[in-house]
Amino acid sequence: MAQKAIREFDAKTILHRHWSKYFPNFTYSYETILVESGNNLQNLATQNSWLENKKLVAKPDMLFGKRGKNGLVLFKNNKPGDVTLETAVNWINDKSASKQKVYSSFHGNTPNGTAKEDFLTHFIVEPFVPHNQAEEYYISATVVGDDDVLFMSAEGGMEVEENWDKVIEVRFSITDNEDFIAEKILANIPNGIAESERARFGEFAIGFFRAYRELNFAYLEINPFVMIGNQIELLDMVAKLDDTAGFLMTEQWGNIEYPTAFGMEEKSPEVKAIEEADSKSGASLKLTVLNPKGRIWTMVAGGGASVVYADTIADMSGVEDLANYGEYSGGPTTEETKFYASTVIDLMTRYEDPRGKILIIGGAIANFTDVAKTFTGIIQAFEKYADKMKAHNTRIYVRRGGPNYEKGLKDIKASADKLGLYIEVYGPETHVTDIVRMALAK
Amino acid sequence: MNVLYTKDTQAIFWNNNQSAIQRMFDYDYVIGREKPSVACIVSPTATDKFDKFFYGPDEIMVPLFRNTAEAKKRFPKADVLLNFASFRTAYDVTIEALELGGFSSIMITAEGIPERLARKMNAIAKSKNVTIIGPATVGAIVPGAFKIANVGGIIENIINSKLHRAGSCGLVTRSGGLFNELSNIISINADGIAEGVAIGGDRFVGSVFIENMLRMESNPQVKYLVLLGEVGGTEEYKVIEAVKNGQITKPVIGWCIGTIAQHFSTGVQFGHAGASANADRETAIAKNKAMAEAGIHVPTSFNDLPKVIKDVYLSLNISPVVEPKLKEMPKSQKKKNFVCTISDDRGDEATYAGFPISSLATPETGKGIGDVISLLWFKKQYPKWATDFIETVIKTVADHGPAVSGAHNAKVTARAGKSVVESLVTGLLTIGPRFGGAIDDAAKYFKYGFDNNLSPKEFLEYMKKQGIPIPGIGHRIKSLKNPDKRVEGLKKFASKYFPQTPLLKYALEIEQLTTSKKENLILNVDGTIGILMVDMWRALGYGEEEINEFIASGTLNAFFIAGRTIGFIGHVLDEKRLQMPMYRHPFDDIIYDVQMADEI
Repeated sequence: MAQKAIREFDAKTILHRHWSKYFPNFTYSYETILVESGNNLQNLATQNSWLENKKLVAKPDMLFGKRGKNGLVLFKNNKPGDVTLETAVNWINDKSASKQKVYSSFHGNTPNGTAKEDFLTHFIVEPFVPHNQAEEYYISATVVGDDDVLFMSAEGGMEVEENWDKVIEVRFSITDNEDFIAEKILANIPNGIAESERARFGEFAIGFFRAYRELNFAYLEINPFVMIGNQIELLDMVAKLDDTAGFLMTEQWGNIEYPTAFGMEEKSPEVKAIEEADSKSGASLKLTVLNPKGRIWTMVAGGGASVVYADTIADMSGVEDLANYGEYSGGPTTEETKFYASTVIDLMTRYEDPRGKILIIGGAIANFTDVAKTFTGIIQAFEKYADKMKAHNTRIYVRRGGPNYEKGLKDIKASADKLGLYIEVYGPETHVTDIVRMALAK
Repeated sequence: MNVLYTKDTQAIFWNNNQSAIQRMFDYDYVIGREKPSVACIVSPTATDKFDKFFYGPDEIMVPLFRNTAEAKKRFPKADVLLNFASFRTAYDVTIEALELGGFSSIMITAEGIPERLARKMNAIAKSKNVTIIGPATVGAIVPGAFKIANVGGIIENIINSKLHRAGSCGLVTRSGGLFNELSNIISINADGIAEGVAIGGDRFVGSVFIENMLRMESNPQVKYLVLLGEVGGTEEYKVIEAVKNGQITKPVIGWCIGTIAQHFSTGVQFGHAGASANADRETAIAKNKAMAEAGIHVPTSFNDLPKVIKDVYLSLNISPVVEPKLKEMPKSQKKKNFVCTISDDRGDEATYAGFPISSLATPETGKGIGDVISLLWFKKQYPKWATDFIETVIKTVADHGPAVSGAHNAKVTARAGKSVVESLVTGLLTIGPRFGGAIDDAAKYFKYGFDNNLSPKEFLEYMKKQGIPIPGIGHRIKSLKNPDKRVEGLKKFASKYFPQTPLLKYALEIEQLTTSKKENLILNVDGTIGILMVDMWRALGYGEEEINEFIASGTLNAFFIAGRTIGFIGHVLDEKRLQMPMYRHPFDDIIYDVQMADEI
């Protein structure tokens, strides 16, 4: 995985940490705080006097956008800029008490599509910044195709998408140098920006784009930021990091967390256990449960092969029958394969299906993974779960090639036969996904 | 270039990934390549000079280098870099190779190189016209010519999948795991592939589908193309465009995996890092539809792909491949315990570095002992001035009378009734830092001073700090006024026949300084030999590292040992003939100062 979303609070923290490098002529107060509850906010007030002294803005900080349109930005009680600490504490307590609905798309102000529902667990709280519309700007940067693109607009705020025609796009090749970039940015300052502010905006944009590149952001957006003289306020930010650069950025990023998206189903203990095993292993172990009651379970070696099995099952049987998606690859140990297989089989034998269960042990022709060795782990899982598998009327279909595959197929067949499990095994002479067809034909 | 690799292609393999390299050699052997496909290995932490691999029943030695620059210097024709560095260093390794130049393609296996670095590396490579395969790939193959590392898997599978000889399909995939599978499908349903590339699973890969497919379009061996794409990205559209505008005229069979993704709005990542669809047109379904509309042969599902391949292949009426005769892999391969690179006693006549002994031994061959030394010690044919110099050295050091410690020991041993060999080695064992060993050290220190641009004065200061007398300087009785004739002879020879003698010149400047302090601090015979040997090697074109290695491994003292052996044997035979009795040292030549041992 490469591009990962981070919290608004973390994005601001990273920029603030490097502020003097990229924005030496601008100031940013960095009055911002991340809380998990209203009480949490109340407790932090003693260390952060601005929480008591200033009027506040509060909103969830959980990777989703359109917070304003979803009614999840607290900036007024009676009129804009009158939110006190007490109001914010109560609002956060209230909003985190029950599940909230969040729409990701709107037609005007009308929600479009279905809402995701989940608890709000993280809020960002900042001072309310009085300013006028002319002082709000939009800036963002990301990769489009092979190039970096900088987007700038004199008009920031919630309606930027509706006003996208006013946004200036400037493209840069990865090999462009600092001077060229700076010059090109200055030559493309949006017309809507007042004459008196153009130089300053240009300087900020150059620093912003440099920070985006040098800090390995994959996406960085400030919408809007407020520029009053040399004072900058970052009202709203969205950011993604290229997490493959993590090893270069340990100091620059600090301790960064990649939260799961709002509304994502809580990961099951089994999935978490596989993730943990994966993180400790040199091999790759991945598991996603798509439908715990699904009829067809897969245990596929290799990323590409796992996709074609999922495609084929959805095509031939229907996506509702596909119980899981995942793969093991990179030469896992016998112990790791046993754990992976046991987890899948355990999940498979929890809900009954009158048609019985199908277990697809699939894979392409391995480059270097010893098939017999990985099958040893699966055989051990069979031994452990044979009774349950029989109780669920499980039919096993195996297809694999690669180093030592003949022994692997022979071993797994012998083991299943001995345990009284239904099994069919195929090698490279059979098309990789044809076992799905055979399993469904029976 | 209309084909990625040929049967002459050689690679530099970065990182000593032994199993992958062995698979390449297995492949080379089976298809009967003349030269191994890996010329050498770069291994930054290597302490050895080479690693051994099997080449069929034999073992071959593959040179190891600490960095790419050295490897490339030694093997300038190896124009493929197989970069097996980790994601942390793969970028630096690639950039270094691009700066060195001379590579036509670089394959990068690491997955998860930071995106900005991957983009930069790809852009620089493109500007230099270097084809990047990867990152995050298993590689590429031109069957019957060259195979990268693990692609195709083990040799049995390679033969089953007909990857040992060229078929007629050009194959491009994103996934490395499915590359093998596709090769297998194509071998079952058609006649195998002519060229295949797994472009890599990361979001930013160097050469994309279209670049590889355009090359295959111009490769006459390729009759049709198979593209296995994936959900995410827009690379397939470039191929669609090329088919539409006639850049690609050969039949194309295409399929994008990941149609499953349509059923899941977010959250589940199907496939590789590059495989996340950011827009409708990046979905597998949209791409499959667009390919079909452009006239690409698109199956109804992955499961039907074999049939489409078969249909297209049969419709082309391609004449069947003449199956080449393959060499069989030996059932067992035995690791060799010893390596010999200087001489060979198999065959009709034993050879010294390739020269039959008879071609060197007799006078009419015009070869002398200097030639034999240059062959057996250095595996090179030195020019006459150098072999003459070696002989001059051997003759010069052959003996120095009975009083020197080595000769004395040999004589004492011979008088104790021991054999020639026992007496000889007793003498030889005396050779070391104080006796004869000054040659090594003289070369070492004078070379150090010269290499570091120390002035003669600075050199003396440096040696003073080392706390040792300057090796190669000083004689018991000889001085500038009363020169050592042996030294004179060597210097005269060198000035007449050596192309240059910079180190000798440097040493003579130092001698000026030392003799101004004390008359007998002249450059002695050990020093002269050591220094002139360095001048000789430099003139012969050896690199500094090689020369330092000669010095460190004791090669210079070896000249002394070889020469003085002649003298020692003379002394031993002398004793034997004289039948001298057992020697006992006289009491009066020893100070006896023995105290009663204290009790502790």
